[in-house]
Amino acid sequence: MKHRLNRRQFGLGVAATGAIVVAPGPIRAVQAATPIKIGSLLPRSGYEALIGQGCQRSVEVAKKLLPDMGYAFEIIDADTESKPEVARTQAEKLIREGANILVGAFDSGQTFAIAQVAEQNGVPFVINIGSDPAITEQGYKFVFRNFPTSIMLGTNGLSRFNDLFKATGATPKTAVLMHVNDTFGQSMLKGINALMPKLNLPFEIVETIAYDPQAKDLSIEVAKAKAAKADIHMVVTRLNDAILMTREMVKQRYEPMGVISPGSPGMYQTQFLKVLGKYAEYAITNVPWLDPRQQFAQTFEAAFKKAYPDEICDIDAGFTFEGILICADAHKRAGSTKAEALVEALKATNIKDRVMLGGAIAFNEKGQNVNLPSAGVQNRNGKPTVVLPAENAELKPVFPVPGWSRRG
Amino acid sequence: MRSRRFPIVQRRAAAALALFVAAMLALPFFVNGYIVSVLVVVLFAAYFGQAWNIVTGFAGQLSLGHALYVGLGAYISAALFTHYGVPPWIGMLAGVVIAALVGGIIAALSFRFRVGGVYFALLTIAFAEFTRILFDHFNWVGAASGLFLPVSSLARTDVLLLRGSPVMFYYLLLGLTLGALALCHDLLRRRIGYYWQAIREDEEAAQALGIDVFRYKVAAMALSAAMTSVGGAFLAFYENNLYPDTVFAVGRSIEIITAPIIGGLGTLFGPILGAVVLTTLGEAMTSLSSGFTVNGLKQWCYGAALLLIVALQPAGLWPWLRARLGLGAVRR
Amino acid sequence: MLYLNIIIAGLLTGAVYGLMALGLSVIFGVIRIVNFAHGEMMVVGMYAAYLIAVNTGLDPVAALPLVTAGLFLLGYALQRGLINRYIARPEHEQFLLLLAIATIITASLLMGFGPDARSVPLDYAYDSFQLGPLLLDKVRVLAAVGAVLGVVALWGFFRLTRTGKAIRACADNQVGAQVVGLDIKRLYAVTFGLGAACVGAAGCLMLLLIDVQPYIATDYTLLAFIIVILGGLGSMPGALLGGALVGVTEALSGFAVDPSLKSAFSFALLILVLLVRPQGLLGRA
Repeated sequence: MKHRLNRRQFGLGVAATGAIVVAPGPIRAVQAATPIKIGSLLPRSGYEALIGQGCQRSVEVAKKLLPDMGYAFEIIDADTESKPEVARTQAEKLIREGANILVGAFDSGQTFAIAQVAEQNGVPFVINIGSDPAITEQGYKFVFRNFPTSIMLGTNGLSRFNDLFKATGATPKTAVLMHVNDTFGQSMLKGINALMPKLNLPFEIVETIAYDPQAKDLSIEVAKAKAAKADIHMVVTRLNDAILMTREMVKQRYEPMGVISPGSPGMYQTQFLKVLGKYAEYAITNVPWLDPRQQFAQTFEAAFKKAYPDEICDIDAGFTFEGILICADAHKRAGSTKAEALVEALKATNIKDRVMLGGAIAFNEKGQNVNLPSAGVQNRNGKPTVVLPAENAELKPVFPVPGWSRRG
Repeated sequence: MRSRRFPIVQRRAAAALALFVAAMLALPFFVNGYIVSVLVVVLFAAYFGQAWNIVTGFAGQLSLGHALYVGLGAYISAALFTHYGVPPWIGMLAGVVIAALVGGIIAALSFRFRVGGVYFALLTIAFAEFTRILFDHFNWVGAASGLFLPVSSLARTDVLLLRGSPVMFYYLLLGLTLGALALCHDLLRRRIGYYWQAIREDEEAAQALGIDVFRYKVAAMALSAAMTSVGGAFLAFYENNLYPDTVFAVGRSIEIITAPIIGGLGTLFGPILGAVVLTTLGEAMTSLSSGFTVNGLKQWCYGAALLLIVALQPAGLWPWLRARLGLGAVRR
Repeated sequence: MLYLNIIIAGLLTGAVYGLMALGLSVIFGVIRIVNFAHGEMMVVGMYAAYLIAVNTGLDPVAALPLVTAGLFLLGYALQRGLINRYIARPEHEQFLLLLAIATIITASLLMGFGPDARSVPLDYAYDSFQLGPLLLDKVRVLAAVGAVLGVVALWGFFRLTRTGKAIRACADNQVGAQVVGLDIKRLYAVTFGLGAACVGAAGCLMLLLIDVQPYIATDYTLLAFIIVILGGLGSMPGALLGGALVGVTEALSGFAVDPSLKSAFSFALLILVLLVRPQGLLGRA
């Protein structure tokens, strides 16, 4: 039977069309209120699973906290399985599933793969954690990073050393540097070697010791470090090796003025503090951290603590949360989920109320946020605490640190 | 009459192959980017599997360190491109030469010293691991920091410089895989193929018959290494970043051999079928478990699938499937 | 003096490596099957010791008999039920079977325990003895003593008990053993069980030294192979010697050259031994 438009239907149609034409305001509001689909990629299985699952906790907190602040978004979670090939296919999959923006991915190799997919498909990508400088040097238009490059980490981390010595009046003359021999460790090493002459640090590195990231036993390395008889012990580690190394230092009775990291994971992480107990105290890591003076940081930390009372709200937690915040904020300002609009909004990002230490979140022409200073974070009373810079500190730094045998 | 020269089974097999090739050629037009990227993974697995199949499936020498040749091919072509601008197709040749030499030397040393079977397998692992650690300290290729290829505007498709979208790589790899299939098919029908199979079945008897066992075993290894390195070069230009710990890893060597073993060691189509089955299984698992994360479930199912194959169909899935489809085996 | 400390540390660690590798040597020497799931079995032992420690407060060394017995049963069942059928099959099938088992074990551990590294808090974990100029780590000494005792016990078993002698007979001459009336299947199962028990004991001791997580297994399987080939497949003192050699080489090369090249030296040593003397230093030609 042929469908014939009857008078009532025609009338209704005219009315509807009229309504839409006459009222563009509410319709546009509907479009802006269309939640943005954020594709979140993290290594939740595979050898980086521990970190990935930790970061995922922040994503969960973001899902609950941010909508109350007026952001409209939906997060699609994906697992990169700690492998670049999987990161690539999962990024493609997220885009097929309608992700308007991607965020991730902790590991530089996986992040690089995702960046390529994002760039190829014209989908914006916000890097929450990933320090390889090369990623923002490729001339990508769709990639933005809110995390320091290893060069920035090295520079900012090393300059905190001077602040530490000034604040405590103790000045070491020599240092031994122990670093993990992987991508991260080597790029930090390069950075440190390049920066040492430029930063006027009072000490010189007398011995550099590289070790295998898979090492189960660091007794040889620590023995070598002890034999160097340096004043301070500088480290670039990951988590398990930090634990192994500290244990060996205690066993071998190696007591430098302090153990300081110019910007690497390990010594501030939950597992480190839990396993080593009193021997984890006084370790210093110079790394971006949550700003104790920022209201938003306190709100976020409280929400995080409530959901995960046994976990430390650390740098990874903070930056993962900021990654989601940046995506949601760009969407709010753009008023659209279209890629071009989002990219323009991202370029204009200027978030003052943030979680991490530093000025407002903003990106330079390469898509990199260059304003991410390192705080001096010292383990005190079982919690990593900001001790530098003085304006943001919660406690005064302790240096030189008490010997192992004198730990309460 | 023609039908006597080309028995029904062979005609059917040829028709099936033609159908398969046509389907693979047409596929990218019908599926989205995600599926294409998954298919690229399948083709890499299929190609590496075919290369490995030559030394282990045809000649019977178990090599567990094939990641070595992937790495050599990848690093050499990538380093030449990054440092001297050498186009990948030429850099690939350098990789082939070096990989063939390395494979040949490893084989020659081992077989000259009568290291065979399990010991040979362990030797291949040792060489791969040694090279991995060496590259971790090799500054010219970026050492442990990794080697990054300069990535130009990705909208461009440049076959000469291997810059382009997954679809371009899909077709290149498809060509490579089909080329390998043709090569293996040809080799099996030649004297060298028969010698290899004889060596595999009973090395002493082959020796007694006058076959220069040493020479053919080394040749198998050299060819397999060379072919693998070509795949490695493509891998470098597809992924655009290389780290020794992922490229030379034992895990990769093991990944390379699972597809051909599941598909059917020593068969022509086995590695391709194995690659398809394994990757599909992997992606299916990822999709199924995307709602909830049970860490390790995917690996568990993977292991269970391997166990089932070994227990029920140790010759691999392809011989079974081939019989089912009536494509028969005129020869293995 | 410093070098002496390093060498001793290497020897102590090597002793535990030796016990771990011993299980592999026994299995291959008798059954001639290459156990690629060796590291995984040790990790199972480590988790078992961890569970016992966490739930009962029992020190891993005290839990050793329990874990060893448990792993013996596991090995026995595995061999009898599954692996036995593959003894005569081609190498790549055996390899794939054990690879599948290894994958399932690692995945199960990952599902059960998660990826975090676990360790047992010991009150004596940070103690060390001072013997003149030598600084000895108490835990390492304890682990080494345990390992040597384990090796001696196994050696005693093979030399002095009936079953032990029967197993050696099987290894020497399988056909002859059957003619004499020995139950090959049962003996193979016992052997695999013993190998598993060895590696379980090594796991308990290893837990004193390192943290356990599902992914460390492959490294230890490789290490076990290096040690066994160095010392000689099927030779018990060889396993200890191989362990000591690897422990000391890693220690010295790490100290004198570059710690991140430690493993490269071990692999180079393996390649050398395989080419020059594939039966190992103490193996039978």
